[in-house]
Amino acid sequence: MDVVAFYIFAAIAILASLGVVGQRNPMHSVMLLIVSFGALAGLYVLLDAPFTAVTQIIIYAGAIMVLFLFVVMLLNAHTEDDIPKTVLGPRAIRIGVLLSLLLGLEVAYALSKLGITSFTTDSGTIAKISSVAQIGVQLFTTHAFAFEVTSILILVSMVGAVVIAGRKH
Amino acid sequence: MLPDFINPTLVAHLVLIFIIFQILVLSAAFMVWMERKVCAYIQDRPGPNRVGPAGLLQPFADVIKLLMKEDLKPRAADTFVFWLAPIISTATAFAAFSVVPFGSETTLFGLLNEPLRLEVTDVNVAVLVVFAIASMGIYGVVLAGWSSNSKYSLLGGLRSAAQMISYELSYGLALAAVVMLAGSLSLREIVTNQSGYWWYVIPKWYVFLQPVGFLIFMTAGVAETNRAPFDFPEAEQELVAGYHTEYSSMAFAMFFLAEYINMVTVSAVATSLYLGGWFGPLLPEWLGWMWFLAKVLFLLFFYVWMRWTLPRYRYDQLMEFGWKWLLPVAVLNLIATAALVIWLG
Repeated sequence: MDVVAFYIFAAIAILASLGVVGQRNPMHSVMLLIVSFGALAGLYVLLDAPFTAVTQIIIYAGAIMVLFLFVVMLLNAHTEDDIPKTVLGPRAIRIGVLLSLLLGLEVAYALSKLGITSFTTDSGTIAKISSVAQIGVQLFTTHAFAFEVTSILILVSMVGAVVIAGRKH
Repeated sequence: MLPDFINPTLVAHLVLIFIIFQILVLSAAFMVWMERKVCAYIQDRPGPNRVGPAGLLQPFADVIKLLMKEDLKPRAADTFVFWLAPIISTATAFAAFSVVPFGSETTLFGLLNEPLRLEVTDVNVAVLVVFAIASMGIYGVVLAGWSSNSKYSLLGGLRSAAQMISYELSYGLALAAVVMLAGSLSLREIVTNQSGYWWYVIPKWYVFLQPVGFLIFMTAGVAETNRAPFDFPEAEQELVAGYHTEYSSMAFAMFFLAEYINMVTVSAVATSLYLGGWFGPLLPEWLGWMWFLAKVLFLLFFYVWMRWTLPRYRYDQLMEFGWKWLLPVAVLNLIATAALVIWLG
């Protein structure tokens, strides 16, 4: 049952992500990205992490993608048909291919390090972090450094956004 | 008794889901009637009174009228998204109610072996599930606005997106304060934490511990459901009908249905979070759903009352209120609650 659900969600996530890149209409791309995030949330539920699943929906599929839609709607970019296909030029495409190859190798390396066993073992070995109190304790003890670094990162981007927006005045 | 091959708990669950679905649809019809009646009385006129006793069948007549109308679609509209949008709106409206508990357990007078909980499902992150599904519901409105390919619809959709993002923050912070008090994200646990009385008189409802949070939640809830005085996405005088300008017939009816069901859900969640859910004096616990119903009806009446009493704000006033007043107050409320929870244990 879990395996079937996993393959369904994984297939939806991958197909939707491919669709995001392949779509000519930016609105459809954004919508497919939402579908992809929804499928990811389904995978989190299968991993016994309902809290992560719901926050994935709220933060990514909800808040962030609404902002994406907002921007696409405001720009009113209809389709990419008007844009010439070689807008990026051959050099940019070459760099892009190189980067994606690197990423693919990295992912393959990380997965081979993990080994096959971690996919077949049941959720008993994975710490069941479902209660909010547990998540809070984990976040502020084990992962305190990552948490603080992330908050600084967000603060920096916020300051940057304010500076860019305020430059006109 | 039932034959062996039928699992009575499963059947009871399916029946429960069916009943909740029907009640939600009927409550939307009832809300349309109540809205028109209350509006009429506030404006000193009788309101609908021809179809059925006291006009009670008027919503059904309206539905039949809408079903008979022609489905229109602008020629330049994005067909798939255009028909998808009302489906998203309605589906999320129904789905959000699935985690709201509206009564304690029952065995249906001994018919069932295990007690049946009066809710569709008990998720341990129910509060967040409601929040997540509500944030998905925005897409129905936004995509309807975009796919219609009409300037009024687009502006309505954009306004709706901006409004909902702005008020979702305060909404979430008000929720967080209650979660801190209850120490749980499960709506059922939050409700059961509110049983009992202080000094035998005051019920232990969170509204007494979180008066500010309750006001923030209700204000943000009004904005989230796009109701007056925050009904900018469909401000008639400026935007014709906003995001559903181009919709007719059943597609329009689905947006209508979604709006009323969302009101019911927000009221039901507010009842669970702040007004003690199904707990109340006098009635025995197995009749607790009556208290729940009464509280939800009161909040719904309040919604209607507010719509026909207050004029619509200006759009910039709405944004200023949301970001410069509601959000800071919600943050202060959260900090104060956290301090009190630590101080008092």
